[in-house]
Amino acid sequence: MSRGAALALSLALVACGRPAATRDVTIRLWAIGREGEVVRQLLPEFERTHPGIHVREQQIPFTAAHEKLLTAYVGNATPDVAQLGNSWIAEFASLHALEPLHPADSADYFPGIWETNRLGDTLYGIPWYVDTRVVFYRRDELPLLPTTWTPWHEAMRRVARPGRYALLAPVNEWATPVVLALEQGAPMLRDSDQYGNFEEPRFRRAFHFYISLFRDGLAPAVSNVAIANRYQSFGNDEYAMTVTGPWDVGEYTRRLPPAFADRWTTAPMPAPDGDPTPGASLAGGSSLVIFHRSAHQDAARALIEYLSAPAQQLKLYALSGDLPPRRSVWQDSIMRANPKTLAFRAQLDHVVALPKIPEIEQICITIANYAEATVRGALTEDAALAALDHDVDHILEKRRWMMRHGH
Amino acid sequence: MTRRFVLHAVLLAGAVLTLAPLLWMVAASLMPSGQATTYPLHLVPHPVTLANYRYLFTHLDLARNVVNSAIVALSATVLSLLINSMAGYAFAKFRFRGRDSLFRLMLAGLIIPPQVGMLPLFVLMRQLHLVNSYWGVIVPSMASIFGIFLIRQYALSIPDELLDAARIDGASELTIYRRIVLPVLTPILVTFAVFMFMSTWNDFLWPLIILSDDAKYTLPVALANLSGEHVQDTELMMAGSVITLLPVLIVFVALQRYYIEGVTAGSVKG
Amino acid sequence: MGIERAQQRAAYALLAPAALLITVFFALPILASLILSVTDFDIYALAAPGNARFVGVRNYADLLRTPLFWTAIGNTLYYVAVGGPLSVLVSLGAALLVNSKLTRFKPFFRAVYFTPVVTTLVAVAIIWKYLYGLHLPGLPAIDWLGDRHWAKLAIILMSVWKSFGYNMLIFVAGLQAVPQELYDAALVDGATAVQRFRHVTLPQLGPTFLFVSITTMIGYTQLFAEPYVMTQGGPLHATYSIVEYMYEQGFRWWQLGSAAAIAFVLFALILVGSLVQARFRPAETS
Repeated sequence: MSRGAALALSLALVACGRPAATRDVTIRLWAIGREGEVVRQLLPEFERTHPGIHVREQQIPFTAAHEKLLTAYVGNATPDVAQLGNSWIAEFASLHALEPLHPADSADYFPGIWETNRLGDTLYGIPWYVDTRVVFYRRDELPLLPTTWTPWHEAMRRVARPGRYALLAPVNEWATPVVLALEQGAPMLRDSDQYGNFEEPRFRRAFHFYISLFRDGLAPAVSNVAIANRYQSFGNDEYAMTVTGPWDVGEYTRRLPPAFADRWTTAPMPAPDGDPTPGASLAGGSSLVIFHRSAHQDAARALIEYLSAPAQQLKLYALSGDLPPRRSVWQDSIMRANPKTLAFRAQLDHVVALPKIPEIEQICITIANYAEATVRGALTEDAALAALDHDVDHILEKRRWMMRHGH
Repeated sequence: MTRRFVLHAVLLAGAVLTLAPLLWMVAASLMPSGQATTYPLHLVPHPVTLANYRYLFTHLDLARNVVNSAIVALSATVLSLLINSMAGYAFAKFRFRGRDSLFRLMLAGLIIPPQVGMLPLFVLMRQLHLVNSYWGVIVPSMASIFGIFLIRQYALSIPDELLDAARIDGASELTIYRRIVLPVLTPILVTFAVFMFMSTWNDFLWPLIILSDDAKYTLPVALANLSGEHVQDTELMMAGSVITLLPVLIVFVALQRYYIEGVTAGSVKG
Repeated sequence: MGIERAQQRAAYALLAPAALLITVFFALPILASLILSVTDFDIYALAAPGNARFVGVRNYADLLRTPLFWTAIGNTLYYVAVGGPLSVLVSLGAALLVNSKLTRFKPFFRAVYFTPVVTTLVAVAIIWKYLYGLHLPGLPAIDWLGDRHWAKLAIILMSVWKSFGYNMLIFVAGLQAVPQELYDAALVDGATAVQRFRHVTLPQLGPTFLFVSITTMIGYTQLFAEPYVMTQGGPLHATYSIVEYMYEQGFRWWQLGSAAAIAFVLFALILVGSLVQARFRPAETS
């Protein structure tokens, strides 16, 4: 072949590009914190079983996750798939940032958790892992945690003594007072989530119960920054109980001597007197979402389907301790290996979603601020609740305006 | 004389105090994992290991961040030298309507904190499709009011006769700029180049905002990201810090004479 | 005439790139910020601009009623009031030492003291974060960054370390500009070293002092990266600066109107601070 023809031929081949059969697609996945590290180990298998799809994973630190995700949305630089805390779903959905999903099966998932991903009739995320809050307590002092509030309060009185508290509930954390409110069935907001509803009886009862723990000296009035190491404090007998989530099972186990492991365990939340047990708790966790602007929706769906499969959820648990959102996965023997996770299983059947509005995180922080002010004696309970209503009304003013004008 | 001795002792103590954190950083970066936080305190790595550096380059791909920083800093420096020297020369050696009021207005801009316009700037970048790109980092920093000021002050000393003679000889303004002005401005341009390189290399907030893809992160952003995740791994963090600091320290040490001259000159005249 | 026109055209051509860049990427965003600060532009408005409303000075009024705003202002004023003088004094001290006639190896010491200025703030913050976590034998065990009372001071110390070299150079230049005759005259009058410093050096340094104190003040009002990397504004907002507040309002809650209002409050603070300092500049005595 002449040189000219060879050149022309090679140019032509280059110009035509690769044969159309392969459509190699690279999708971007953003995962947060520990999950960001761990999910990398699940991806090679996905790429093997889905030839032509490559996943580029990026890990975002937890402290910057919310900012980075919102900035990416504003800057038109969102990934295809991301892990999103389920309390953020309402916010991103209201921005029309998320693609509605239509999964085949929802029956296997815990209903309370599934709910957090739904807005109206549309589903925006698939739960990836769950968390909720249960009571961690010293079983060598309380063989069985009471299942209703009054006996629980009694038990706390019994285990408290000078230099030693019954319950650790850092005053700047909103989870504990909010969980107590959920247990009472307090709606917290009213009129389609347009106004605060903190002065009504149920929230009042929950708030009063929470404040009384500090007033009666059962819980120390400290913020989480003032506690050097809460795990060490537990090991040093400085408190007997706390309300926290699944990640702390690993933490309390790892950071304390092995012999201590037998001295504590977990139990679902006690319910208010007369209510069915266990009490309600937070429907927390993270979901997998697809961004509306993704150019590779099919590949993104394939990735989510893969990561939601029972086998992968089990692997995620094994690697990170994150609890599976599918009931069937909990039947596996691996899940029973650690008895301390069983309380979570029982609790997950009784979880309630927080109001699904973008402003919810700000509202929860405001609740914590007023709770702290009351604990420290700056406000009476009544004054605090009135101020809380006032502040939350202010936070929701824009939402009301938007709804009035049909946005 | 004892006064001289005391003086130098104090100066030396000051030097040790000043450099101590940096020297410690280097030492810690060479320690095996966990040694930096054990007591009694280790001042010397034992044994010396490059494992942290290896990890940064193999597992965390820090080389890419180094390249990103280099691309951004060098491009910004070269482009800003061109743009700001042109403007500084114009303000110094040309007469045009509104020259002095424009110059004063520009200087007033120095007092405005950079964060004031950051959010609208970000939204503007989105409209221009410059989010998450090198240009998104480089473009806003190319024109520097400080740089124009610095160069203008220096350019005032260019003799008018030199320029007029060239014009009479028929040289175009472009040729005059290239052949006469730039060479004369060289000392201040070196100063400004060092300043520009250092400030773009070290820039943190704007790259943090504009870059969302970790493959494009510059070193300070990558380092901050790292420290958010690997809080416990002090030795690794120190190695990352060394890598971030090294290039700019080298540039400074090599060109410190010019840079220091420029800083003092700028402040005395200003 | 033709030459003048050609020169004018050349001047505009030379200015054009810088002028364009500064207008588009500096002036315009600032103007936009001013406009934003009187709206309630937020994340809803980012999705659809029609969701923004003109609210007049409501953002500013709301700020005044927000405790966190005052916390941030208080912290920032602390940084300025404590960090400013400390920074200036350390720089002046270093300059006097380095500039002394008795000092040898001047370039070496100048360079060493200047080194922290050159370093990357994020890298340095990480080092200092670690150093503050150390328990050194003999020193009281203070949790520098975790203790509400010490955290601001810890941040200031690091900031002074990082920046004193820069002002030191400026003071050195100022010191060298003092005419030797003044010192000689004072010597003839029998003045001691301290008296010479008070009556010759300090007054002559007046303008330099003003320049340094204004730029240092501006630097401390804009403090952001140090608390952001080292303490995230904690513990419990003890180190939370006004720029951090602005950043959070803007990039975390996307309350752009509110963030813009904070930015202009910051600017006003700097302006007032500069004018106040200029008013109280030490009088020059001959």
